[in-house]
Amino acid sequence: MFSNIDLDVIWQSLPYLFLDGMRFTLMLTAMATAGGIVLGTLLAMMRLSGLPVLPQIAAGYTNFMRSLPLVLVIFWFYFLIPYVGQWITGASRPISVGAFMSALVTFTLFEAAYFSEIMRAGIQSIPRGQVAAGYALGLTYWQVMGNIVLPQAFRNMLPVLLTQTIILFQDTSLVYVLSITDFLGAASKVAQRDGRLVEMYLFAALVYFVMSYAASRFVKRLQARVAVIR
Amino acid sequence: MNYNWNWGIFWEPSPEGAGTYFDMLLSGLNWTLATAALAWVLALILGSIIGVLRTLPSKPANRFATAYVEFFRNIPILVQLFLWFFVLPELLPQAAGLWLKQLPNAAFWTAAVGIGFYMSARVAEQLRAGINALPRGQSMAARALGLTTAQTYIYVLLPMAYRIILPPLTSEFLNTIKNTAVALTIGLLELTGRARSMQEFSFQVFEAFTAATILYLLVNAVVVVVMRFIERRVAVPGYITGK
Repeated sequence: MFSNIDLDVIWQSLPYLFLDGMRFTLMLTAMATAGGIVLGTLLAMMRLSGLPVLPQIAAGYTNFMRSLPLVLVIFWFYFLIPYVGQWITGASRPISVGAFMSALVTFTLFEAAYFSEIMRAGIQSIPRGQVAAGYALGLTYWQVMGNIVLPQAFRNMLPVLLTQTIILFQDTSLVYVLSITDFLGAASKVAQRDGRLVEMYLFAALVYFVMSYAASRFVKRLQARVAVIR
Repeated sequence: MNYNWNWGIFWEPSPEGAGTYFDMLLSGLNWTLATAALAWVLALILGSIIGVLRTLPSKPANRFATAYVEFFRNIPILVQLFLWFFVLPELLPQAAGLWLKQLPNAAFWTAAVGIGFYMSARVAEQLRAGINALPRGQSMAARALGLTTAQTYIYVLLPMAYRIILPPLTSEFLNTIKNTAVALTIGLLELTGRARSMQEFSFQVFEAFTAATILYLLVNAVVVVVMRFIERRVAVPGYITGK
């Protein structure tokens, strides 16, 4: 069963797997996390704003995104973005965006829904008295948020945000359905070219496991360190 | 937007010969639900065993359960499906591998088993949290009454733990349904896959995906309503969610 395992194929394709594939995966993860947290925080602020309409829009968006499979959302945006681009730029025909842009927009918008739920919990974990005290000192809404609430909310939610980032890192493998060369896509291309499915998929699983496991250990240690003693 | 909308497309015959595009999507929904149901049963059974193992006062049991959870949590679901579908038959003895490959509906069984195992790690974590949320006095009291460990779990800890984790279990079930979409990569003709083939046959991208989106939202709504009903039925009066 293991007699005809060929490790050489992995060795030979290492540069391609990591310099092409893993670079795409990590860039997508990092940029989608940054965008997702910014957008997610804005959604959470909308949701908790108490203004008319805004909370409903934010809640509707979050629940809608969270009800759909990521694969379906990836397809949606892959076909939708060219038309939206045409509408925005006023071009005469649907504009083509690259694979990376398409994936980045998709993951940012999709993960924002999940990040917004985390940030909502984070904002709600701050005692109301602090907000009231901020207003009593004459601070504006943005000053209260930017100087008092959000820094603490981020700190409280940092472990959860990072855990969500690990999930996002694993989720990026789904761009496979668009035949994009992320880490799994690269592994799968080599696997099919050389007929070495067993080696390549086992190796891909190992790499994902080691990276996710190491990251989750790191988050656990961080959690103990950033916990605010009250 | 210069896109040719054609909402009548659903009632046109699909090129597969059997029925309309709408029938095609419905058959996809069928596979989605069947896969999710089987995967969920598997996830509940395995997840319960592993979750209990993680709370037992036995070091080896703990270690095994922890390794199990870490293994299934740290590999993307898509890679896991590939391992089940492409790698496992090659690593088995030849006869068994051949039998696996020639199984009718291989994609369905693989997807159900793969997603079942993947979700079982999540169910186990929820159950562990549920058991740990109970006051320590409960298991001690059970002990003092002379119950064995098995009896303590069956009569005292689990009935309460399952009630506590019912809301998170609902979202894990919804995740199971959503995760079945990944199985289109191994050729399962589930809802997203069918919407994708409808788009390829008819070029009506947005109609196909809109229909799939609405069907997913409907399934979600039904699950949430049913689970709220169950939550109310099993609530213990005066405790947690009980009135």
